[in-house]
Amino acid sequence: MYRYDEFDRDFVTGRVDQFRDQVARRLTGELAEDAFKPLRLMNGVYLQLHAYMLRVAIPYGTLSSRQMRRLAYIARVYDKGYGHFTTRQNIQFNWPALIDTPRILEELAQVEMHAIQTSGNCIRNVTADHFAGAAADEVADPRPYAEILRQWSSLHPEFSFLPRKFKIAVTGAERDRAAIQVHDIGLHLKRGQDGSLGFAVHVGGGQGRTPMVAKKIRDFLPEQHLLSYVTAIMRVYNLHGRRDNKYKARIKILVHETGADELARQVEAEWEALRDGELRLPASDIEAIRTYFAPPALPDRAEGWAVLAVQKRDDPAFAAWVNRNVTPHRHPDYACVTISLKPIGGIPGDATDDQMEAVADIAERLAFDEIRVTHEQNLVLPHVALADLKAVYDALVPHDLATANAGLVTDIIACPGLDYCALANARSIPVAQQLSQRFADAARQEEIGELKIKISGCINACGHHHVGHIGILGVEKKGEELYQITLGGSGDETTSIGEIIGPGFGPDTIVDAVETLVDAYLSLRLSRDETFLAAVRRLGLAPFRAALYESAKEAA
Amino acid sequence: MATKKDGAKVLTANRLTDGIAVWLGAGGAWVEHLDGAFIARHAEAGAAPEETAPRAPAHNLVLDIAGVDIEERDGRPYPLRLRERIRAEGPTVRRDLGKQAQDRAAMAA
Repeated sequence: MYRYDEFDRDFVTGRVDQFRDQVARRLTGELAEDAFKPLRLMNGVYLQLHAYMLRVAIPYGTLSSRQMRRLAYIARVYDKGYGHFTTRQNIQFNWPALIDTPRILEELAQVEMHAIQTSGNCIRNVTADHFAGAAADEVADPRPYAEILRQWSSLHPEFSFLPRKFKIAVTGAERDRAAIQVHDIGLHLKRGQDGSLGFAVHVGGGQGRTPMVAKKIRDFLPEQHLLSYVTAIMRVYNLHGRRDNKYKARIKILVHETGADELARQVEAEWEALRDGELRLPASDIEAIRTYFAPPALPDRAEGWAVLAVQKRDDPAFAAWVNRNVTPHRHPDYACVTISLKPIGGIPGDATDDQMEAVADIAERLAFDEIRVTHEQNLVLPHVALADLKAVYDALVPHDLATANAGLVTDIIACPGLDYCALANARSIPVAQQLSQRFADAARQEEIGELKIKISGCINACGHHHVGHIGILGVEKKGEELYQITLGGSGDETTSIGEIIGPGFGPDTIVDAVETLVDAYLSLRLSRDETFLAAVRRLGLAPFRAALYESAKEAA
Repeated sequence: MATKKDGAKVLTANRLTDGIAVWLGAGGAWVEHLDGAFIARHAEAGAAPEETAPRAPAHNLVLDIAGVDIEERDGRPYPLRLRERIRAEGPTVRRDLGKQAQDRAAMAA
């Protein structure tokens, strides 16, 4: 993985020193809150309902064991023994004291981490497919490009005060696991007809109060033009983005109001002036970054095939976990393992210090020291030999990290909601917990099959409800929590925005409502092969609406 | 967040050093528990804490000062909005954390 060079180290350390001085001046009163607030936000320090919150960037969701151990240490020493992995592949600590934050940032800098650009109207943490560099269906590892974008965008003077925040995602496979079409820029790494690498460029996707699917403005951008082309997009946005209205300031609104064709024309015109200048990436630079992401040497472990078959036969719980949480690796003797952070009834994305250390130990011992954070709030060990799967599983079980539910109805995304967040209007986590308990039965989950429920506690949509197969949005109505349901959203290569099905439900009825929808699906599907999403797309909302509101009428 | 014109109120903020939710007490100090908050029961009284508020930043102790609509239940302030009730107690999904945890610890002692 990428290692800081001298420049990176000096830059991050210098930033910590600067912030330490700013905090000291704030505490003496020399800096007023109005002046300090943007400074703390630039370093990831928010103020939430109960305390400050520190959001730490995990570039493209990649962590080493050493880094994970440091996160565990911070959770234990400076927080309350846990952290929350987010839908942007980051981690948030919910209880740090302001006076401790410089020390925490110093601890992070020692393991090549920071919290820069985790807030504010700048280019945020670049996210990537969590199976990058390992997936069997990948054209090439997208992370070197995410790292190039990270270096280029860090404290970029021209793009530090954009009209609004800006999010970029990169994937290297046809199967989109990075939700690129709901990002400001989505980059799909692919091969051109001559075999060279380049990107399909999608612009203007996003969730929030005005959800939009990105428009593809270029089918193939040769890799050497990555920075010049992205710069051209940023310049068009920086110039024309709506600074007059916060709610219309994202690039998706500009794309919508300008039209994708005209916006593409403007970008191409800007790019013509840039494409052969200093932003053109020399092949040697790309190669230099790529070497940091060279996969570990994976010796053949063909014995794993036979071993695994026997182990699965002997242990049905292990077999269920393998079938659900283990996915193909490009090396046939290896696999990618999803570590569910969604135990039945648990808080989605939360991990204790002990769990973080357990994952770090397992990764070090059995998975080439690599860990990923997924935007679905789980962890991944990208390189595990089939022969070692049982050892990994056995080590996860005592830490409640072996729930076999990846992609199932209990693998729910939920934002922190009104339990923590100052922006939220309703709670998200309790709804996720109750749904998880309602659908706890493993056989029932398998019967239902792939079903992504995503819950947000406000219209900002951190819980990605717009792209949930079932999306739940919490609002406040007359002082009470009310939950709106959307159906048919999806954040993959067939991205779609969910449609509101009808009037919302209170906290006491939302779980029943979801169960009614799931039961309706089971009775309507053509076969087990037709997923919930496919059934909604085939049938439309009408039969689900009928099931939901007619059963409510009968009950009344 | 705008508060109602009439009705009882308390004044809340977050403490600068650690961000913990606090309320303005009768003695003019910021207290860690809602039960210790000074309740302004009518418009004139409500003006008193509102006037105190602008001075507080100069003392550099707290930030994000805001009025909270409450009603009195058994003589104790009860915020009308769920948001403020959660601030006063802690996350509903982690009863072991926040003010509620301290209350429990005190009860157990």
